[in-house]
Amino acid sequence: MSTYASLLSKYPAPGASSPWRAYVNEARFDLLKMLRLPMYSIASIAFPVMFYVLFGVIFGKQGGQGLQVSRYLLGSYGAFGVIGASLFGFGVGVATERGQGWLQVKRASPMPPSAYFVAKLFTCTTFSVAIVLSLIAVAVTAGGVQLSVLQAAGLFVVLVLGSIPFCVLGLAIAYFSGPNSAPAIVNLLYLPLSFCSGLWLPVNMLPHFLQRIAPLLPPYHLGQLALMVLGYGHGSIMGHMLGLTGSTMIGLGLAWLGFQRDEQKTYG
Amino acid sequence: MGQNKDVVAGVERVTKKFGEVTALKCLDLNITRGRVVGLLGPNGAGKTTLVRLLLGMTRPTSGTITVFGGNPRKSSTRMRMGAMLQVAKVPDTLRVREHIQLFSSYYPQPLALADSLACAGLESVAGRLFGELSGGQKQRVLFALALCGNPDLLLLDEPTVGLDVEARHALWERIRDLVMRGKTIVLTTHYLEEADALSDEIVVINHGSIIAQGTSGEIKASIGGKLIRCVTALTITDVKFLPGVLSARENRGALEVRASDPDDVIRQLLARDPSLSGIEVNSASLDDAFLALTHSETTMKSTQEVYQ
Repeated sequence: MSTYASLLSKYPAPGASSPWRAYVNEARFDLLKMLRLPMYSIASIAFPVMFYVLFGVIFGKQGGQGLQVSRYLLGSYGAFGVIGASLFGFGVGVATERGQGWLQVKRASPMPPSAYFVAKLFTCTTFSVAIVLSLIAVAVTAGGVQLSVLQAAGLFVVLVLGSIPFCVLGLAIAYFSGPNSAPAIVNLLYLPLSFCSGLWLPVNMLPHFLQRIAPLLPPYHLGQLALMVLGYGHGSIMGHMLGLTGSTMIGLGLAWLGFQRDEQKTYG
Repeated sequence: MGQNKDVVAGVERVTKKFGEVTALKCLDLNITRGRVVGLLGPNGAGKTTLVRLLLGMTRPTSGTITVFGGNPRKSSTRMRMGAMLQVAKVPDTLRVREHIQLFSSYYPQPLALADSLACAGLESVAGRLFGELSGGQKQRVLFALALCGNPDLLLLDEPTVGLDVEARHALWERIRDLVMRGKTIVLTTHYLEEADALSDEIVVINHGSIIAQGTSGEIKASIGGKLIRCVTALTITDVKFLPGVLSARENRGALEVRASDPDDVIRQLLARDPSLSGIEVNSASLDDAFLALTHSETTMKSTQEVYQ
């Protein structure tokens, strides 16, 4: 009798079987996996913070209206940061695991399929939390931004919840791109969309035709909601929330199509 | 199904099409408890499709698949299955131990972590990141993920692909251990040696159909005869219609003749070419059987090999 056989003879063991176990472990290990990937973990937090320090804190003060700039950019760079973490986390994360067959291995296991997506959502949201908290900390300490507790909490809730539509859009991208093209596609969408949505420069400083396009872009709505918390922003809260809900629906629809297409395609 | 308690999985008249391509054609197969079934066939024969259907990862176009009396797409059925699939890349930034802990959490009664590690021979690398492992160790992690849930049925798709001889034999030992515990195993391979070494039953698949089924011995016998190898001036056309000759081919500068009665055929060959030399007579190998089986189905294009 081999080692394995003798090991197994003591089974079946009374296993604590709980459906939550799969969800909790999936989330825990997905977060750990991404934290250990500096390309994602450092970049997604460091870039928005670095931009904010440069343009909000250092250059912002030189203009003489420093306080206003650092306050304004806290909202728009906050949106820029959580959108990046979500698009990259979901878009590149799922595209890589899908394209390289790892998602298939998971799907062959008894893992509840939703556990995978809930875990990714947990990871991206955790990164969003880290980004928003870092930006608020920098703004309040180095940037001299005055925030009431209510405003800080409001900004936190808007940005963290508002990152979810971009997780869904990232998922849609993941289903229509390969593991190698996903990073390029996400960058090609993320950077121009952020610019055109007024996340780098206020919308009213953009060329006229871009000002008209902006309301069609999902990042515009999150940016405006974040700015509203800080006393800026245009439009109605309801309108922006509808804009984000609409993008979520479109993203979900596309992701569903891609999921179905995958189901049919692979063979060997 | 259900008429036989020992049938772990049943495939009944299953056809699977992907658009224009028919991957499986009206296939029937029963998998019996405690056996190792080797699915053998060339690339694109439909082996992986069959595994994916058994795992409930895709639905058959027609026909039914039953695993443990239920639908493999149901999670209660999947809890009793473990799979090792071909995968290009596994997340590098989780440790071996963490990968196993995660997969164990999907199952109601998994093995203890230490036992899963021991069963796959991974104790010494449990704390390493997956990205730091050698090829053989990586393959053993995938094997550990298949067995950590303590499933009754394991599906191993090309478990030893890309491994060197030593690593391959080590994995074979681990697979044999599973069988000793009464696990049922379905494995696909295009290494004939592997099918021969591990399987109780070999199922040869080509172009989506089963073309032979039985023990390794039965399959070798099914093509019949012995293989005569000799150096001669005679050509394939000279010998292939001689009485008792099943097939003939040229191989590495010699003529290889498969014959039902080798003694008689050798006498005929010597009568036609007295200068014939270097005679070797061997039992047909699984290799020969496999080639004969898979090639007889396709039109022969090669002039080097002519099978009847």
